[in-house]
Amino acid sequence: MAFLDIHHLQKSFGALHVVKDFTLGIEKGEFVSFLGPSGCGKTTVLRMVAGFETPTSGAIRIGGRDVTSLPANRRKIGMVFQAYALFPNLTVEDNIGFGLKVAGEGKAAIGRRVGEMLELIGLPQLGNRYPFQLSGGQQQRVALARALAPRPQVLLLDEPLSALDAKIRVSLREEIRRIQQELGITTIFVTHDQEEALSISDRIVVMHQGVADQVGTPFEIYNRPSTRFVAEFVGTLNLVDADVVEAVSGRVRVGEVPVTLNRPLAARAGERISLALRPETVALGRTEGHDVVFSGRIAEVHFLGSVIRIRVAIGGQVISLDTFNQPDRPPPDIGAPVEVSISDRDLLVLAA
Amino acid sequence: MTGKRIWPWLAVVLGGLYFLLPLAGMVDFSMRMKRGQYSFEAYRIVLADPQFQQTFGYSVMLALLTIVLGILLVVPTAYFVRLKLPGLRPIIEFITLLPLVIPPIVIVFGYIRIYNTSSVLPLTGTWLGTNLLLLFGYATLALPYMYRSVDTGLRTIDIASLTEAAQSLGAGWARILAVVILPNVFVSVLSGAFLTFAIVIGEYVFAALLNVNSFGPYMVWMGGNRAYEPSALAVVAFAITWACMGLIQLVTRFSRFSTVRR
Ligand SMILES: Nc1ncnc2c1ncn2[C@@H]1O[C@H](COP(=O)(O)OP(=O)(O)OP(=O)(O)O)[C@@H](O)[C@H]1O
Ligand SMILES: [Mg+2]
Repeated sequence: MAFLDIHHLQKSFGALHVVKDFTLGIEKGEFVSFLGPSGCGKTTVLRMVAGFETPTSGAIRIGGRDVTSLPANRRKIGMVFQAYALFPNLTVEDNIGFGLKVAGEGKAAIGRRVGEMLELIGLPQLGNRYPFQLSGGQQQRVALARALAPRPQVLLLDEPLSALDAKIRVSLREEIRRIQQELGITTIFVTHDQEEALSISDRIVVMHQGVADQVGTPFEIYNRPSTRFVAEFVGTLNLVDADVVEAVSGRVRVGEVPVTLNRPLAARAGERISLALRPETVALGRTEGHDVVFSGRIAEVHFLGSVIRIRVAIGGQVISLDTFNQPDRPPPDIGAPVEVSISDRDLLVLAA
Repeated sequence: MTGKRIWPWLAVVLGGLYFLLPLAGMVDFSMRMKRGQYSFEAYRIVLADPQFQQTFGYSVMLALLTIVLGILLVVPTAYFVRLKLPGLRPIIEFITLLPLVIPPIVIVFGYIRIYNTSSVLPLTGTWLGTNLLLLFGYATLALPYMYRSVDTGLRTIDIASLTEAAQSLGAGWARILAVVILPNVFVSVLSGAFLTFAIVIGEYVFAALLNVNSFGPYMVWMGGNRAYEPSALAVVAFAITWACMGLIQLVTRFSRFSTVRR
């Protein structure tokens, strides 16, 4: 059994069924992100783990112990909130020491631990400040230290970075990951930012309408999305219409170009299906290993800095592709005829 | 001063005169006890009167107890209503406003009827019972001010998140209220407390009808039996009330941490 075991969890608010049969095992020391659109139930699951909401049914076990009916203040769970929720009347030191004081530790022990925590978050000189004297990023670091100081069994973070601006968001997420690995603490991180989830997680749970659509490593989630929702939510995606020629061998036709998927298809011959394609798997021009070639015209060019996103019109469809910026090669002109090539292995067949 | 400013200033001056003239008259009168010269004679007599010291001391004590009771009653109530039963807020607010609507004389007659010596709970029969009754009565009178200021204070902090943060760190309700909530609404509690103090110090109806020798009845008795001293007493009472208001301002300004955001 996993260290943190969420077992067939359900939650309804009145008639609203918010979490539907959510099951997940998290190993000790693992960093798991809940990724999903607004309102899909991420926070609700997290709050049930923390003990702030009571599940309608299902169980939560931590280290083999059933905590489903344990009140929040006895679960030994560290929580970091989007709005920091530091105690405004306490200094940084007292905020960090709060949990230890509640646990009845001695003054000296608390002082030592608080010092350690201040080192860990890189703010050793700010112990005497009040929260309102700190920047947002500093406040969230203090909130993290406060959650970690009593050595919780599990750390929960609910969109801890979404109130911060972009630069700090990136540096703080890396810091959170570093601290998590340093302490080896089991962590759930809620976000609706896919880049955040992909960059720091051991595993990602993509949630959709109260269900875990797919659980996997960032690599798996991105490259082998198991449902259409996951594929569309994580990263950008081209959807390409294809006509099935022979289902058993996976032969289809995209426009006039025949493609063999080497996978049996659920659809019947003559039916039209959608195939998905990541922009970065499409190459401009013919490339070795890419044996499917389409010709079309440049429809749009978006210069994004290091990456250039080009949209190419092929027959009635438009395919986006990404190329790296090269200073000596300006992007192609709109309307110019081009060839694009892909590998048939990169075409994803999505379940509905 | 431009022409446009004249009217507002005129209003301020008129309002100020309306308010200050009687006060000035009262101060002036209170200092004329000695024929032909200004003196603090009336004040000296009032302050030296053992009756004054006794009733004033009693009322101060009662006011402090009322404040403590009010805090114990109002802070947890306002907090839990906001946190768990926000739907009840209008109802609670209405209830706390009732003491402003129901005249004190009605309330105290109700008390006397319910708690008289031939009732099940004969509170008026003993010294302690009467004082308790007065204390509860004053806590009721102070409710509108206490509840409003505490509720306003609670609005300026995110009590739901603070509560959850404290809970996840292991704290129980008593600690959350005492260490997290109360200090953060302290300024509001204080302003409620000073208003309570001002009400209790001068209250007459409850005390008189329950036959308690507090500062209110003493002032009334003075007013009926002396000439210059009542004015001196009124000025003293005024000074006390204004000192309370001043203290509210002072404490608000010098609170170490600012909870006011948003
Ligand atoms: N206390 C509540 N009472 C009623 N409905 C609620 C309550 N809490 C959440 N909900 C509903 O449950 C659904 C899921 O909410 P939840 O907060 O878990 O979403 P989320 O995935 O965290 O979204 P976001 O990314 O916006 O934070 C929403 O439709 C929300 O309106
Ligand atoms: Mg949420």
